[in-house]
Amino acid sequence: MKAIVCVKQVPDTSGKVAVKADGTLDRASMATITNPDDLSAVEAALQLKDATGCEVVVVTMGPPPAEGMLRELLARGADRAVLVSGREFGGSDTFATSQILAAAINKIGVDADDVVFCGRQAIDGDTAQVGPQIAEKLNLPQVTYVADIQKDGNTLICKRMLEDGYMMVKVQTPCLLTCIKELNTPRYMSVGGIFECYSKPMEVFDYEALKNDPLIEVDTIGLLGSPTNVFKSFTPPQKGAGMMLKSDAPAAELVGILAKKHLI
Amino acid sequence: MDFNLSKEQLLVQKMYREFAENEVKPLAQEVDEQERFPKETVEKMAKLGMMGIYFPKQYGGAGADILSYVMAVEEMSKVCGTTGVIISAHTSLCAAPIFENGTPAQKEKYLPKLCSGEWLGAFGLTEPGAGTDAQGQQTYAVLDEETNEWVLNGSKIFITNAGYADVFIIIAVTGTVVDKRGRKSKEISAFIVERTDSGFSVGNHEKKMGIRGSSTCELIMEDCRIPKDRLLGVKGKGFALAMKTLDGGRIGIAAQALGIAEGALEETIAYVKERKQFGRSIAQFQNTQFELAEMKARIDAAKYLVYAAAQKKQAVMNGAKVSYSVDAAEAKLIASRTASDVTCRCLQLFGGYGYTRDYPMERMMRDAKITEIYEGTSEVQMMVISGALLR
Repeated sequence: MKAIVCVKQVPDTSGKVAVKADGTLDRASMATITNPDDLSAVEAALQLKDATGCEVVVVTMGPPPAEGMLRELLARGADRAVLVSGREFGGSDTFATSQILAAAINKIGVDADDVVFCGRQAIDGDTAQVGPQIAEKLNLPQVTYVADIQKDGNTLICKRMLEDGYMMVKVQTPCLLTCIKELNTPRYMSVGGIFECYSKPMEVFDYEALKNDPLIEVDTIGLLGSPTNVFKSFTPPQKGAGMMLKSDAPAAELVGILAKKHLI
Repeated sequence: MDFNLSKEQLLVQKMYREFAENEVKPLAQEVDEQERFPKETVEKMAKLGMMGIYFPKQYGGAGADILSYVMAVEEMSKVCGTTGVIISAHTSLCAAPIFENGTPAQKEKYLPKLCSGEWLGAFGLTEPGAGTDAQGQQTYAVLDEETNEWVLNGSKIFITNAGYADVFIIIAVTGTVVDKRGRKSKEISAFIVERTDSGFSVGNHEKKMGIRGSSTCELIMEDCRIPKDRLLGVKGKGFALAMKTLDGGRIGIAAQALGIAEGALEETIAYVKERKQFGRSIAQFQNTQFELAEMKARIDAAKYLVYAAAQKKQAVMNGAKVSYSVDAAEAKLIASRTASDVTCRCLQLFGGYGYTRDYPMERMMRDAKITEIYEGTSEVQMMVISGALLR
């Protein structure tokens, strides 16, 4: 049994955000973190490992420095890591990314009792599309927005959060779950884990490694395989300071101001 | 400053910082005000391997190194001096002497439980009449030949972790030795005593000025009987064992002092940018700038000494035949004085707010003072350093 976890290294949005002249993010100048929802996915996989002894494989697509993030996840307790990295994959949108990650997961191999975990969405793109797309492309049943998992043999009973309630969904393995932060509290790296993480296996899947997968074609990956076109990216201007109304009749004062601006 | 930290050391430092910020800092004020031992934090640290950082995996340790241990004490102490000393006393004063002097059976029995944090460790040398004059021990251990047991009588005071510890290294007198000139002196030995041993009890809990969450108590041994094989190291070599243990302990306390000073400076830098007087932030006044500059330089100087002492102990662990005694004494002397000086000056920059308990500065100032006193006062450190100079 395996738990395969898809993770993404994202800019730390609590720090400063830099945009290049062509409208894409200047990722090199920004501090990076592991996407928070993905940490919940990793924790869910590690809890499955604690309960069943299964193997935990973490997978990311990104530039070579993403290895640092994978090492940290190995230090938390994952067993091996796969870095999907190649110039051919650059510029991929969610469609092309899920195409490539699905091929990578195919190469790792999905057995009958395996579970693929993803975070709900990444804090940089906020699309929540990659997880569901991977499931479709791998022909796996999927449950999104998972806030609780009960395992009963090869059946998982998941609590799927909705805006105004939740559903209980029963799903057979192999399957794909997208996790939300309410699912768990991610553990820290341990000292022992850190001193082991550089000797745990780390594989790199480049274009050569994946090109024989039917999902990988010139027009399904990278910029060419991405139907999304970014029209414009910009740093939104900062809002000005608010105005405090301190008179005895603030409502009347507010109406006066809005009327003066011809807003009401 | 670049200490050429390894990839692993950089990662543990990152983990310690996240852990300190999220788990330790939020409790620091409460732990101080209520004089409460942060048991839950110790349990969390244990899960992360922080109670046996530099011991080999064979004994349940995390298999890391001395500097990774020193950085743990430093990072915890940045936000909570109490938490820093819990790790230091447990690791340096209890697990370390067992690791360095224990028989294979003693190591097998005690180290896995100490490293996993299932058991907490402490060290008993100080007595009411034997502080700096550690040879003035009044605790006696006599071997009962019939039962093959050591019988201990006496008391120890100011024992860190005592209220929650399961294993204690106890120093006691086992006889008299006569030198070539016919002068008599006490023969001193070390023992491993368990909390549940008959005749052993933990007495009064000290009410302290600082590190108030740390459990500092008296230990009482009244016909305390322990098996013969609890002797630690060689009979009669207990004083040397204690002094060597303290050499290691001093690096931990130096790291605690360093952390307190660094934490105080971090808080102060944030505060002086926010605090406005005369229409501008007080960071814009040159007095503030010069204070910050001098404190930073002193902290960095202390950090060099502390990390260098840690590296030297690591070299000894790796088999080098050198002594880190003077290095540890220098690190502790300078780091503890830096901690007292820096926290005092930081509090001055905080002004009246710093004197209130709403801000952490008065706690840090109280916590800093003990680092000049325990595990050898500053004066003892100077005796060690000058002793080596004039040998």
